[in-house]
Amino acid sequence: MDAKTGFFYFFSVVLLYAAFRVVTARNPVHAVLHLMLAFSQAAGLWLLLNAEFLAIVLVLVYLGAVMVLFLFVVMMLDIDMSGVRQGFWKHFPLGAAIGGLIALEMAWVLMSGFRGMEEPKAVAVALDAAGQAVPFSNAKALGELMYTQYLLPVEIAAVILLVAMVAAIALTLRHRKDSKAISPSQQVRVRAQDRMRIVKLAATVQAPEPSVDAAAQETKA
Amino acid sequence: MSLTLTLGHFLSLGAMLFALAVIGIFLNRKNLIVLLMAIELMLLAVNMNFVAFSHYLGDMHGQVFVFFILTVAAAESAIGLAILVLLFRNKSNINADALDTLQG
Repeated sequence: MDAKTGFFYFFSVVLLYAAFRVVTARNPVHAVLHLMLAFSQAAGLWLLLNAEFLAIVLVLVYLGAVMVLFLFVVMMLDIDMSGVRQGFWKHFPLGAAIGGLIALEMAWVLMSGFRGMEEPKAVAVALDAAGQAVPFSNAKALGELMYTQYLLPVEIAAVILLVAMVAAIALTLRHRKDSKAISPSQQVRVRAQDRMRIVKLAATVQAPEPSVDAAAQETKA
Repeated sequence: MSLTLTLGHFLSLGAMLFALAVIGIFLNRKNLIVLLMAIELMLLAVNMNFVAFSHYLGDMHGQVFVFFILTVAAAESAIGLAILVLLFRNKSNINADALDTLQG
């Protein structure tokens, strides 16, 4: 058993333990932390498979961004676990039976179904002008594929991320009803006549002529 | 059984991880946040298979696929968490059974 195999079993055992704790943890914060552990072990396994770029992306993007987002949400929500945990172990026998069946069937087929693939097939070695083998770079090979053959899918993935960002903001944005905030667009568009009204008034007013009736009433009194 | 690593080792690990996630979905049918985490585990198992095949077949296209799966998984978890926050704001819990408004 060489070191690589030893690392494989070590990472696998920790990964499966972490995955088990994710689905059985009583506290959701513990579940998120075990999920982070599981992803870090998966990154180690991908390093064994010479997928260096993806392993680093998994650590940076998944552990650094997505899992921290999970952690924020879990810590922000004051979750009452009593109702949610109700009937937790009731469905365990059925779930374990189906899960064990899936794992057994797939392992049975997979461990015997891929004869001739015991040894990894080496990526075609490129030669430079002097006939020397160019050292293989996983990130470079991935980048060359992504920005030539998969250019349109990369653009579509970028649009998907943009749509997800807009959707997440639009879903959680909340306007308070009692807010006294001003609207800048309405402020900018205001005109002078909306704010001040000039009323023309004559400076002097002609006194009305004393009418005949009024004079007659005065004489009666 | 040989002690060197074969493709079957990695694929079996992916299968076990996927099965654990399925068990998690059965156990936490009411807890939306753990359901989301179980889906993340399933995607990780799928990605493990992709990377293993990519390595043992000497084909880089599998790793490009993993890249796209990671992108879509990130978008999915962001929107899923936004919906979760919205649900908690309206119902004050994250019980999946509370989402029965459309039942009629």
